[in-house]
Amino acid sequence: MSTARGKVTFKEDICKGCGLCNAACPVGILGLNPDSINIKGYHPAYVVEPDKCTGCTNCAVTCPDLVITVERR
Amino acid sequence: MAVAVERKVVFEKTKGLTDVETHYCPGCTHGIIHRLVAEVMEELGVLDKAVGVAPVGCAVLAYKYFNCDMQQAAHGRAPAVATGVKRVHPDNFVFTYQGDGDLASIGTAEIVHAAHRGEKISTIFVNNAIYGMTGGQMAPTTLIGQKATTAPYGRDEATTGKPLKMSEMLATIDGAKFVERVSVDSPANIRKAKRAIKKCFQVQLDGLGFGIVEVLSTCPTNWGLAPTEATKWLQDNMIPYYPLGNFKSPEEVK
Repeated sequence: MSTARGKVTFKEDICKGCGLCNAACPVGILGLNPDSINIKGYHPAYVVEPDKCTGCTNCAVTCPDLVITVERR
Repeated sequence: MAVAVERKVVFEKTKGLTDVETHYCPGCTHGIIHRLVAEVMEELGVLDKAVGVAPVGCAVLAYKYFNCDMQQAAHGRAPAVATGVKRVHPDNFVFTYQGDGDLASIGTAEIVHAAHRGEKISTIFVNNAIYGMTGGQMAPTTLIGQKATTAPYGRDEATTGKPLKMSEMLATIDGAKFVERVSVDSPANIRKAKRAIKKCFQVQLDGLGFGIVEVLSTCPTNWGLAPTEATKWLQDNMIPYYPLGNFKSPEEVK
């Protein structure tokens, strides 16, 4: 289990793979999953390095489709 | 041994939006602006008495997404419909959500006169410098040199004039009490946009008069750019011509 300050959860099936969250992440830990295709036909956003998440909420603030929930300790 | 980490939810979906998935293209910033409006309504506690008026354009289906009462108006006529709703139900919170093809073109007369009469309504004006739903035609807000399906060589100032600056124009009207232009190109600007929308809505709740927030927005599909490139295009081209900032604000909400 990650002990990182933040934790982001993605509702993968409603992601449109636009990549805005990837660009907004200040620690650059997000990506579009090349190994997964969701029900809409996109590569959904995912966390590549969950241990580095700071829980800043920038990804969720930028997401146009409310895919992301952020928790922080 | 694993250590249990306790975290609090610091960002989750607002109650101001329904669970319907939007039809917007990937990377379209309408989704962000919908969320901001919905979050502000939830925070101000007006969801139960809010009536939104959807435009014609990409946001025509906004009535499916906002979790409050909604109406849909003929092209450009949202301020006229909102005027009627507000005058019949003065205790309700009434807002219009309009694009630039709707508000700055066919609906220019309606928005100018709604502001002029000082109607106690709030308007969210989404400016993406193009007609989105109909397929990327030139709008009054299209930038000089910007290509559109009806301006294949780019907008020409000699024949079509310069892009219309709605916020500057509306700020000259006495009845308009709150006018601000914001952008949703970065997390910082998105947070600023939310604060502006909150002040704009407060102006109506305080009975002070008409308020409008112009939101610079992207249209990756019709601009022919990837979502992140569209954001960059907005920063490099739109913000220099459409400067961000507050044009007018009553003392009460400063």
